[in-house]
Amino acid sequence: MAEKKHKLLEVKGLTMDFGGLRAVDSVTLEVHEGEIAALIGPNGAGKTTFFNCVTGIYKPTKGDILLHPKGLETRRLNGLKPNKVTEMGLARTFQNIRLFPDMTVLENVMIGRHCRTKAGIFRAIIRDKMVRDEEQQIIESSYQLLEKVGLARFANEFSRNLPYGAQRRLEIARAMATDPFLLLLDEPAAGMNPYETSELDQLICKISSEDKIAILLIEHDMKLVMNISNPIYVMEYGKKIAEGSPREIKDNPKVIEAYLGEETDA
Amino acid sequence: MEYFLQLFFSGLTRGSIYALIALGYTMVYGIIQLINFAHGEIYMIGAFVALIVAGVCTIYGLSGVSILILAGVIAVIYACAYGYTLEKVAYRPLRGAPRLAPLISAIGMSIFLQNYVLLAQTSDFLPFPRLIPDFAFMEPVAHIIGSPELVILVTTVVTMILLTLLIKKTRVGKAMRATQQDMNMARLVGVNVDRIISMTFIIGSGLAAIGGVLVASYIGQVNFYIGFLAGVKAFTAAVLGGIGSIPGAVIGGLVLGWAESFAAGYISSAYEDVFTFGLLVLILTLRPAGILGKARKQKV
Repeated sequence: MAEKKHKLLEVKGLTMDFGGLRAVDSVTLEVHEGEIAALIGPNGAGKTTFFNCVTGIYKPTKGDILLHPKGLETRRLNGLKPNKVTEMGLARTFQNIRLFPDMTVLENVMIGRHCRTKAGIFRAIIRDKMVRDEEQQIIESSYQLLEKVGLARFANEFSRNLPYGAQRRLEIARAMATDPFLLLLDEPAAGMNPYETSELDQLICKISSEDKIAILLIEHDMKLVMNISNPIYVMEYGKKIAEGSPREIKDNPKVIEAYLGEETDA
Repeated sequence: MEYFLQLFFSGLTRGSIYALIALGYTMVYGIIQLINFAHGEIYMIGAFVALIVAGVCTIYGLSGVSILILAGVIAVIYACAYGYTLEKVAYRPLRGAPRLAPLISAIGMSIFLQNYVLLAQTSDFLPFPRLIPDFAFMEPVAHIIGSPELVILVTTVVTMILLTLLIKKTRVGKAMRATQQDMNMARLVGVNVDRIISMTFIIGSGLAAIGGVLVASYIGQVNFYIGFLAGVKAFTAAVLGGIGSIPGAVIGGLVLGWAESFAAGYISSAYEDVFTFGLLVLILTLRPAGILGKARKQKV
């Protein structure tokens, strides 16, 4: 199914050691254009560490992280600072909400846009005509993003005052504001009720189909994962133990043993 | 009543200077949780640069306010360069080190800069020219508030308004606020955090230099040690207002200025420091986070 598609992210043999602990053990993973890929596994399997390596928060011990933007040359992400990784077109959200609590919803989104602006720091202070025009565009496009995630009416509220589900959606909007071609979502449905989860389900599909952003998500909500993602990668104790379509994963005895077998309500 | 107003305005003047310097402490603390002990020295260097520029200008026959503006601008540029270098040399290599390390580095830089100026300029008090003339329109109220006080007040108010606009309206300000609230997250949305930190030091140093020039021309003398007391007072103001909070620094500065001025005026000038630091102890006992500071909840 994925043979002809353009490969966007290619992670080869990624290993991350913390002292004597190998949190991620030679994991290989690919995300192609138009995909919603999922990374699942029991708690402590190393999924978030994997994300942290890819987004430049950790420097991996071994392995290669290659980004293949369409029409541009391949970039190696190992050891790049997070803001560089973001500039390259990769954005992420966090498991625990990390918004800027004392900024408005609109500002939270606008800040993501700023890495795409051209004016330097001193022109931004002087605010000449070009900067002001740019700023106006940023405001407009930020509103569009808020519209998309259904938060436009909260634009001028402080982000800390939003309800939980809305904060999660705002995180996604902020990540999208950096104009990525690949979005990493770390447990976007964590703590959401079934209604909010199904809304999120639709939002993720919309981002994938309308904005042409490829998505890699970590998720424990099996219903969400099985509904929208393909392929699925499974990790346990730092190793990748399986990959494939939802059906293949469901039927994979290793996965059942490691993960789904322990679930009572999945 | 007249005496009260005199004290009120003298307190306001002092306080606004403290606030100006306190802003530098509080902005840096807000972003990297570092108390930049060398901040007072930047203030002192600003005053010295202005002194040198004023000397040169006098030779070329400039006068009064034009010297003040020129000296002020050059002092600010110099101080900004010092602030930038200070961060790059003394603090950036220690990013990620335990918090004590940059703190000690800050004290080291403070001692270094003091002694550097001591060697270059001797330990004598050097006279600073009186650059602010007595304006004719201030004549009727001169017994309450003099022209130098007016110039200081106007300058500090304008500077603070500009700073507020910078932080509230520009994208640099937005990036600063984001960095203050969550540095790693700011990085992940593409903010170049290192550059924002540099920018914070540059702005804080510029503000300190403005304070230095104003105070030097008001008091009329400078030496290598003036940065210490000014630094301690401004730091007190920042803590009083709630360190990390920008409006807090301004309020803290004003409260401190008034406390000093009224204590000196109504009780005894020998006790002014007792009152200011007594006030600090009192406020910190009642509100440990400072007047506008937010108490940090520790998650267990």
